[in-house]
Amino acid sequence: MTIVANTVVELNQVTKEYPGGVAALRGVDLRIERGELLAIVGPSGSGKSTLLHIVGTLDRPTAGTVAIAGHDVAALSDRRLSALRARHIGFVFQSFHLVSGVTAQDNVAEGLLYSGLARAERRRRAATALERVGLGDRMHHRPHELSGGQRQRVAIARAVVGEPDLLLADEPTGALDSASGEAVMQLLHDLNADGATIAVITHDGEIAGALPRQVRIRDGRIVEDARTTPEDAQARPEDAETMPLEPAGGEDQCRATD
Amino acid sequence: MPSDRLTPARLGPRDVVHVGSAGLRARPMRVVLSALGIAIGIATMIAVVGISASSKAQLLQQLDKLGTNMLKVAPGEDLFSGERAKLPKEAPGMIGRIPGVEHVGAVGDLKQTVRRSEKISKDDTGGLSVKAAGEDLLKALGGTVGTGTWLNDANGRYPSVVLGSVAAERLGITAPGQQVLIGSQYFTVIGILDPLPLVPEVERAALVGWQAAGTLLDFDGHPTQIYERSSDASVESVGKLLARTADPQNPQNVKVSNPSAALQAKAATEGAFDSLLLGLGGVALLVGGVGVANTMIISVLERRHEIGLRRSLGATRGQIRIQFVTESLLLSGLGGLAGVLLGSAATYVFAASGGMPWVVPLWAVGGGFAATLLIGSVAGLYPAVRAARLSPTLALQAG
Repeated sequence: MTIVANTVVELNQVTKEYPGGVAALRGVDLRIERGELLAIVGPSGSGKSTLLHIVGTLDRPTAGTVAIAGHDVAALSDRRLSALRARHIGFVFQSFHLVSGVTAQDNVAEGLLYSGLARAERRRRAATALERVGLGDRMHHRPHELSGGQRQRVAIARAVVGEPDLLLADEPTGALDSASGEAVMQLLHDLNADGATIAVITHDGEIAGALPRQVRIRDGRIVEDARTTPEDAQARPEDAETMPLEPAGGEDQCRATD
Repeated sequence: MPSDRLTPARLGPRDVVHVGSAGLRARPMRVVLSALGIAIGIATMIAVVGISASSKAQLLQQLDKLGTNMLKVAPGEDLFSGERAKLPKEAPGMIGRIPGVEHVGAVGDLKQTVRRSEKISKDDTGGLSVKAAGEDLLKALGGTVGTGTWLNDANGRYPSVVLGSVAAERLGITAPGQQVLIGSQYFTVIGILDPLPLVPEVERAALVGWQAAGTLLDFDGHPTQIYERSSDASVESVGKLLARTADPQNPQNVKVSNPSAALQAKAATEGAFDSLLLGLGGVALLVGGVGVANTMIISVLERRHEIGLRRSLGATRGQIRIQFVTESLLLSGLGGLAGVLLGSAATYVFAASGGMPWVVPLWAVGGGFAATLLIGSVAGLYPAVRAARLSPTLALQAG
């Protein structure tokens, strides 16, 4: 399947209706290529969470096709879908979802639990992943001994430890103060520079604007799919802290509804 | 690149146990409390079975020591006169000639009382009797002398007496050399017997030599009980011949019995444990199972995010199910283990305080444990199925 392997996500006319006739997504087309770093941005109720569920194969569309890493999701049983998530998708959650009372290393190793690797190998890779996110010295700390930003970095290490084709980050900075949030975003940039494909789901236009591509979603439709030039993206991190973001198109709209 | 045949990886047994115990490790207090119900149920059952098995083992041990090869011959009632029949004086000797018989001992009841002194009323017998005893009696009964000596040719002619263990206790005699009043004459105690559980009538008697009984206490020489011990193999054949041999003229007037039969029957009933208590244990076990199911349901509700997280990490529904069933099994298994230990300890305490051997039947331990595992899987199944049905999107919902 090397032919399609460069397209990590391919959504075609995806519609999701909930019982009762509420349509969360209406005919969404979306392609994510390998190595991209993009934001899926929209206010709450826009359908971005539903989009995240569908791209993450946690839910199925009522119409349209979804292909993840070359696999047609509709053709897969729940079991195979689980295996798809285990191998191809990593998740980062707003509220981290670390297992309390378990060390950082074991939390990260949990990300490989359903991969079929032996325990020792899982822990070895977890150690490497923790080094990668800059927590090599926090290996044996438990979540309550870590700051919010560190916890989110542990969660990111857990998401990337299996080297997924796609990393989905749902409001990764939502529960963090701005400094920690910035560090987390920087980490995502670094991982992307190393080749990871990352989609950040956010309502925050500022965060979205700092990423090379912004997919804006409103009322279940994609209203804009913009790419920031590399120069813009380069320029942003310095500005971000001190001044409001230079609006890319649609930015104000988004804020206003927030 | 990962292979594109999307087959979920299997969790190894160690990982299953690890994942299944994660929830328990996070909440030890809850584990203790919900396992307690199961533990109490299993402990009750183990203790009920263990205690009855221990007392049965004690009785069997006793029987083994006492032997089941002793038969007792006693006169019955005369068919015509309705009076108590008399055994012929020759009966012991005749019984001794039956093939297989090893020892024959006879006693003859005397119409006398035994007292500590004249100061005690004649009517105050204390349930004790005076008997003439043949020399071979002790061997036939398999008894032993606790202190002092047994009657023999020499001392059997004189006013000397051997007391059964209960008789000695009731008379307050602790050592040979003391005197007791039989009829109107003082006899010297020359020995005290050890307990004889099979023949309580001898335990409660003052035994006087056959000859002395004749000369000093007007004994007519007719035995009133004859004890006969034979080899184990010939108990039955000897039993058939006893009545005719003891009184060839009137065999219908002879009663033959096996003193160990009562003990055997008691052992059999001890083995049949108290079904009421066992039922009580069963109810406790059931309540414990309901407790485990309850804990599991709450656990599933509380851990929706964890379930969602695991699903997003690639856990299949089956793997979620097995996680919660494992948790339930571990929970009830822990309770079962604690219950087995508790029940065994209770049995031990009971057995030790009663001087019994400590017996906890393996089948009870195995059965108790199997019951816990059954309860654990039944209690865990519904919550586990519910957990597996939860939508994987739960993990992404904040809160």
